[in-house]
Amino acid sequence: MGKIKRRFKGGEIPTSSMADIAFLLLIFFLVTTTIDIDKGLGLVLPAEGEEIEIKKKNILNCLINSSGMVLLGGEPVNLKDVSRIVKEKLRENDKLIISVKTHEKTRYKDYVAIIDQLKIADATRISIADTD
Amino acid sequence: MKFIRKTTLSSEIPTASMPDIIFMLLIFFMVTTVLREFSGLPIEIPKAKRIEKLKSKRHTSHIWISKEGLISIEDRLFNIENVRNIIYDKRVADPQIVISLKADESARMELVSGIHNELRKADALKLNYSTKTSLD
Repeated sequence: MGKIKRRFKGGEIPTSSMADIAFLLLIFFLVTTTIDIDKGLGLVLPAEGEEIEIKKKNILNCLINSSGMVLLGGEPVNLKDVSRIVKEKLRENDKLIISVKTHEKTRYKDYVAIIDQLKIADATRISIADTD
Repeated sequence: MKFIRKTTLSSEIPTASMPDIIFMLLIFFMVTTVLREFSGLPIEIPKAKRIEKLKSKRHTSHIWISKEGLISIEDRLFNIENVRNIIYDKRVADPQIVISLKADESARMELVSGIHNELRKADALKLNYSTKTSLD
């Protein structure tokens, strides 16, 4: 019996379907990706045990009660006026720290609205006191 | 006068580099996809104007707080005392971690303040209050 000679035709991987495979994977990742990015109000909490004494004149107290009413520096104000007033006070004293204090039963919504107002006023020094 | 076309332009799109383009797109989506998503709690997040985007989903961890006062992290319910431990573990695993607080708009500040204190104890200081964009 004679030897069967097999002619080697080259061992190439077929590349014609590569694009299809890649497309399939692409579509999978396209479908599973969620593009919407989380948005929100950023804040950096002070480290534990980091308590500094601050001069009284550099503190602006902002109190929020359980029904969402705001007391800014001892005067009751409207929520929408907070940013304007804080901006004015910051212009007078740039070392001003705004201390936000809430009641236990204050709604989160009211608190976020105040933080937002402070952010609009470009207040960077915000302190959050414990609830009463 | 008769116009004679001199050049014979082929009007085909070159397909030779197609796999490369597709692979590039594929790699982009593979890198940006985060497969583990948590459903959280049914909440209505508050609205705010001056919002910022969270930089990376990879370095973000969510805490859900519902109206009823339930606290959920990674789809498991926690008592407020246990938040510290789990957040501390996360903080050790990823020092750049940002905590995104997804609280219902009518959640009580008592709880949010408690979370603040727990986060401070766990040394996870970067916080973000998740909000929607306010239109007015």
